[in-house]
Amino acid sequence: MSTFRCVPEIDPTFLALPARELASAALQRATELGVDHADFRLERSRGARLRLRDGHLESSSDSEDVGLAVRVVHDGTWGFASGIVRTAAAAVQLAEQAVETAKVSRPLSRDPVVLAPEPAYPDATWVSSYDINPFDVPESERVGRIAELAERLMAADGVDHVDSYLFQVLENKFYADTNGTMTTQQRVRLEAAFTAVNVDRAAGAFSSMRTLAPPAGRGWEYLVGTGWDWDAEVAELPGLLREHVKAPSVEPGVYDLVIHPSNLWLTIHESIGHATELDRALGYEAAYAGTSFATLDKLNSLQYGSPVMNVTGDRTIEHGLASIGFDDDGVAAQQFDIVKDGVLVGYQLNRQMAQAQGFGRSNGCALADSAGHIPIQRMANVSLQPADDGPSVDELISRVERGIYVVGDRSWSIDMQRFNFQFTGQQFHRIENGQLVGQLRDVAYQATTTDFWGSMEAVGGPQTWVLGGAFNCGKGQPGQVAAVSHGCPAALFRHVNILNTRSEAGR
Amino acid sequence: MTDAVQDLVERAQSASTADGCVVIASEHSETNLRFASNSLTTNGQMQSRSVTVISTFDKADGQSAGVVTRAITSVEEVDDLVRVSEAAGRNADVAEDSAPLVDNYPNDDDYAGEPARTSVAVFEQFAAALGAEFERWRKADRLLFGFAEHQMTSYYLATSTGLRRRFDQPDGRLELNGKSRDFSQSAWFSQHYPDYSDVDVAAVSAEVDRRLDWAAKTIELPAGRYETILPPTAVSDLIIPVYWAASARDADDGRSVFAKADGTRIGERLADLPFTWRSDPDDPQLRSAPFQIVTQSFGSMTSVFDNGAPTPAIDWIRDGVLTNLMRNRGYAAKTTTEPALFVDGMSLDAGGTASIDEMVASTERGLLLTCLWYLREVDPQTLLTTGLTRDGVYLVENGAVTAAVNNFRFNESPVDLLRRATQVGRTEHTLSREWSDFFSRTAMPAMRIPDFNMSTVSQAF
Repeated sequence: MSTFRCVPEIDPTFLALPARELASAALQRATELGVDHADFRLERSRGARLRLRDGHLESSSDSEDVGLAVRVVHDGTWGFASGIVRTAAAAVQLAEQAVETAKVSRPLSRDPVVLAPEPAYPDATWVSSYDINPFDVPESERVGRIAELAERLMAADGVDHVDSYLFQVLENKFYADTNGTMTTQQRVRLEAAFTAVNVDRAAGAFSSMRTLAPPAGRGWEYLVGTGWDWDAEVAELPGLLREHVKAPSVEPGVYDLVIHPSNLWLTIHESIGHATELDRALGYEAAYAGTSFATLDKLNSLQYGSPVMNVTGDRTIEHGLASIGFDDDGVAAQQFDIVKDGVLVGYQLNRQMAQAQGFGRSNGCALADSAGHIPIQRMANVSLQPADDGPSVDELISRVERGIYVVGDRSWSIDMQRFNFQFTGQQFHRIENGQLVGQLRDVAYQATTTDFWGSMEAVGGPQTWVLGGAFNCGKGQPGQVAAVSHGCPAALFRHVNILNTRSEAGR
Repeated sequence: MTDAVQDLVERAQSASTADGCVVIASEHSETNLRFASNSLTTNGQMQSRSVTVISTFDKADGQSAGVVTRAITSVEEVDDLVRVSEAAGRNADVAEDSAPLVDNYPNDDDYAGEPARTSVAVFEQFAAALGAEFERWRKADRLLFGFAEHQMTSYYLATSTGLRRRFDQPDGRLELNGKSRDFSQSAWFSQHYPDYSDVDVAAVSAEVDRRLDWAAKTIELPAGRYETILPPTAVSDLIIPVYWAASARDADDGRSVFAKADGTRIGERLADLPFTWRSDPDDPQLRSAPFQIVTQSFGSMTSVFDNGAPTPAIDWIRDGVLTNLMRNRGYAAKTTTEPALFVDGMSLDAGGTASIDEMVASTERGLLLTCLWYLREVDPQTLLTTGLTRDGVYLVENGAVTAAVNNFRFNESPVDLLRRATQVGRTEHTLSREWSDFFSRTAMPAMRIPDFNMSTVSQAF
């Protein structure tokens, strides 16, 4: 067995499941039925959610999903079946059902499915990087830590309510295919947030502000000192909220923006991450998630943004939510260029599209969110690269005469071709003559993707770079959810359209 | 192969040593076909089963709960699930939503019966008809995209107070998206089909054709406020988030669109038109569980302690006046009010009778939308929501559609739209495009808004 990392061990209760026997039964049956390709997955996902309201436990739930799936290419057509019964007979039946589904689908299909070549990985193991499995921490201890931070917020001036939550996930995936690949993987991730609410009863008004800590591919250590300083952030939040409550409403118009990574990651996700998914560019998602303005004919010619823009797709970065050893096509994790010096140079791929469109090899972006779903092309950790020796946040702000420093994500929306977007945030600090001079409220920034990235004058240095992300990126039908990270530096944008959300509401 | 689902439930009840116990088993099956550019892209059939055990413990000032859900197939796995649930509940703090478990009451559910299931067989006639449509669209040099899905979930619910209930929830949808070869023109149809036997593919495909024909002429319009006809699916997109925001506790706490200075807006007239916004589990088109099935408490709206409680029909808005906000039993007891429980379906009706075509015919100049996309709350104070138009914005002049128009990004508050609506069409069974993965059962009217706020132009098609 080759082990690429030897941090924590794969959960022995997952290893105790009869994955190899089931895989062997399913793949053998599929082979007998004459498939071009077959793969088998056994997946287990554990999740726990805690929600506290004003420091008191509002909801706690724990879930575990285990399932198995067989996917085949039969007569050039996909077939898929999944179930929950973990016996060899049930695995054989899934193989038969998958082939049957392929046959039913054959008359409705046009282009035969062919998969791009990939080396076989006969018995590989991969485990994400974390110290403490959050499922080994008693619930009382987890609730205690969240309650302690929430109570500190509740005790602060100007804070009337506090919403807080902790989500944690442990995912195990066993994969085997007729190409000879067999992999066993484990991922851990965690997300927590605190929202402080100020209520002005007399005015019938309220305001809120959330912590900026991103979800991370880390364990319980993330909540108690590794990778984020929660105590410092919770100490700062009430003062920022009090300032926000009293802040003047923004005058709509055109402003220069310095955008902090805690906000910019989501703009990257929506306007670059999704726009460079090849299945979207080819129209497979046209009726649902949408297409992309960045169509295949523009590869190596589309000026996506300014020359300081360099974007990579990455499944290997430590603590990345989309990092994994191997994808659900059996392809090894990679890092690849998407935008280089402002020009579109790559897409996120799976094996079918890599073959059909002449890319040669997939870059490992086929993932299913559970055994119940078929793998689709899902987003890698798509990240904006910093400038070596690039400026600090303060230096970026110092270059702005009249502008806004945007911190934290909040509302987000983008059109189905990834042109027109509108984002709000947690904090908007007014910049005057290179200095922060107090917060603004009711701010939304709105732009068209290539105009926006074209207006990026400078990216910050590595010291400004933060890995943000989300647990809940949705795509596909039936709907699938994936976690993904996006790293970026702070960056300076010129002449961006700012809307006032109060006047948009007609008030 | 697998043990009967009722046996798992009874085993959990008999293994329980907690002060109270609720067990919910759900047996789920689904099947789907997805297609793009006149060709099938993916398909599948899935089956799953999960069991949730809620163990409750009486404490000085309420109850604590341990809530654990697992995919389980055999009775042997049940004992461990109960132990994990009890370990979590015994040491937990008193839950904010705690309330005594629901007492037993008579019902005529078929608790002993086999779970209902769906399979790819429901698509037999549909798939053949779809194949014929692919051929027709190919010949017309147009592209058909879409998704067909059918699901069935059988729920079995048992409480330690002796209550046994069972409910079968079917769900299904068809979404069709027609495009010109270059993708520049796009039209859409969707509908909620809990029973897939009544889908007329040729008829709905012809409607998509008709709308693509409307795009023969296209014009560009700038951002601004337009008289706009929102079809039922778009109204559904806008109203579903209002339901999610209808927490009595949030309003009591002053942090909701339904809060006002020193109180809530219950009793306030929200609209001059006689809107009734209602949830009725027995509505024949929108049938949903007539009792609470909650595997995860949320807000002070749904609670695991309320499992099995009958869910009567309720008016949230009656004749334009806000009448109820959602509250679970625990919060109702704390505030000495009556519970107002979540129902997994809703209808909005203002007594209108006009069809979309009739509303178009009575329009001098305005926009007719097809559907909305990527809706997100911008400001919780007003429920200001942003989003985009998609798959067909049409200019109406002198009572007829005259051209297709570019897409827009809008910013609007759904609560404010109820106030500003000048005409409401007939209420129709519809499917929200944005939220149907989470909330599928709605009946909504079309609405005419005299000054809908199209904030910016989107180049997307």
